[in-house]
Amino acid sequence: MSQPQRNAKISIQNLNYAYGGSQALRNVNLEVPANEITVFFGPSSGGKTTLLRLINRLNDLLEGTEMSGRILLDRVDIYAPGTNVSELRRQVGMVFALPLPLPGTVRENVVYGPKLAGIRQREILDEIVYNSLTQAALWDEVKDRLEAPANSLSGGQQQRLCIARSLALTPQVLLLDEPTSGLDPISTGKVEESLYNLKEKYTVILVPHSIQQAARMADSAAFFLMGELIEYRSGKEIFTTARDRRTEEYITGRFG
Amino acid sequence: MKRRYWVQRLGFGLLALAALVVVIPILIVIISIVLRGMSAISWEFLTEMPRDGMKAGGIFPAIVGTTLLMIGTAVVAIPVGVGSAIYLSEYAGDNLFTRSIRLAIINLAGIPSVVYGLFGLGLFVIFLQFGTSILAGSLTLAIMTLPVIISASEEALRAVPTEFRTVSASLGGTKWQGTRKIVLPQALPGIITGVILGLLRAAGETAPILFTVAAFYLPRLPESVFDQTMALPYHLYVISTQVPGMPLEIQYGTALVLLVLVLSLNLIATIIRSYFRRRRQW
Repeated sequence: MSQPQRNAKISIQNLNYAYGGSQALRNVNLEVPANEITVFFGPSSGGKTTLLRLINRLNDLLEGTEMSGRILLDRVDIYAPGTNVSELRRQVGMVFALPLPLPGTVRENVVYGPKLAGIRQREILDEIVYNSLTQAALWDEVKDRLEAPANSLSGGQQQRLCIARSLALTPQVLLLDEPTSGLDPISTGKVEESLYNLKEKYTVILVPHSIQQAARMADSAAFFLMGELIEYRSGKEIFTTARDRRTEEYITGRFG
Repeated sequence: MKRRYWVQRLGFGLLALAALVVVIPILIVIISIVLRGMSAISWEFLTEMPRDGMKAGGIFPAIVGTTLLMIGTAVVAIPVGVGSAIYLSEYAGDNLFTRSIRLAIINLAGIPSVVYGLFGLGLFVIFLQFGTSILAGSLTLAIMTLPVIISASEEALRAVPTEFRTVSASLGGTKWQGTRKIVLPQALPGIITGVILGLLRAAGETAPILFTVAAFYLPRLPESVFDQTMALPYHLYVISTQVPGMPLEIQYGTALVLLVLVLSLNLIATIIRSYFRRRRQW
């Protein structure tokens, strides 16, 4: 089931996860290749978001969870005792469904992570601001508004700011949980464009907000249903000739 | 139709009357104190020692005493209160331990102030041998103020959306970094309001300072935290009930000073709250 392999960046092995007594993920095995966009898609409550949040250990914040299996990043178990979770989260960035700028200015949002990581010099921070906003395809729109409140930006700009905020930490992996769900088609296009350019440098995992987006963006795609990984192949194959009947039915719109 | 209309009018009228009942006493109290106290207010009244068994002169030591007590209370109650609130809201889970802490806080708020006074007398004045002193009085008032500060601060912290904490964590922030850089600044207006309201209560109380710090008649300023001091609420109580032949003017003047002090603090709290509410980003 863990087909696309080439140079696995993230390796998920026999992963089971329960939250509040209900099974969210069942025996998931999956290898995420480096420098590609891997798409996790499927109907809601299929476990996609849960899996994303397990990859940078954000689910540590929850209580009453049960987990077995392993998640490896560059062959290292990220749940091994003694793991520096803050450091892990700097390597595995996350962008959420709803853009939520932190209180403060555009600039403050971008430098929040680097500052916590201990970077203080103004010149380095300025460079980070420029680089990450450029990569998120936002620089031209906000270069004169760096000191404006972040929530004065439009929704699409806010989401690209959130992407820039994650990129500011120069992560290796970028997790995006329906990053365009609240955006209009034009903003969506801009976000998708910036994601396309990002995969040169980063390993991207995207939970798309529509099947069309999944098909547009996916190098590889994994179909999740009720916490199970049903099918995982290259994007081209899965969206033209899905092997599993359930994948086929979901893609062609017969349920979901 | 017409009859229903009048019934409705009558209903609204009664409700309005009920609301008015709340306002009238406050207006009467304020107006009568201002009218009768104004004539006593002068620079001398505010800055001089009392003379002739408090029947003449000013109330300066009482003003200073109340100010010092509030500062002392703030110094003790703010760090402890805000600290507990941060612990309860950000760190503690929901278990037997934290539930009993919460229960204790609720009960602390319900204890009559005279009991705090006696508790302060027993613990600080006698057992810890602070004597009747500003230290003992401040500590007593601080304990009394704590529940207000803790509840208000905890509520303000909880009102900050969880997503901010998640975002901070996802950017490599530790829990404390997220709390200090994002959550606390966002909750600050609510916390400040709670602190001021708590201190207000402390400023106006008589019973807790009665046995722990307040001097009946002490026409000089305290020199250390182990000194007694006069304080406005207790002074007011003394000159209104304990000293025969007090000029009414001085009584009302003292009441006016206390009232202005408390109301202006209240006003500050309201201004802070509305100012930050308008600037809030969520």
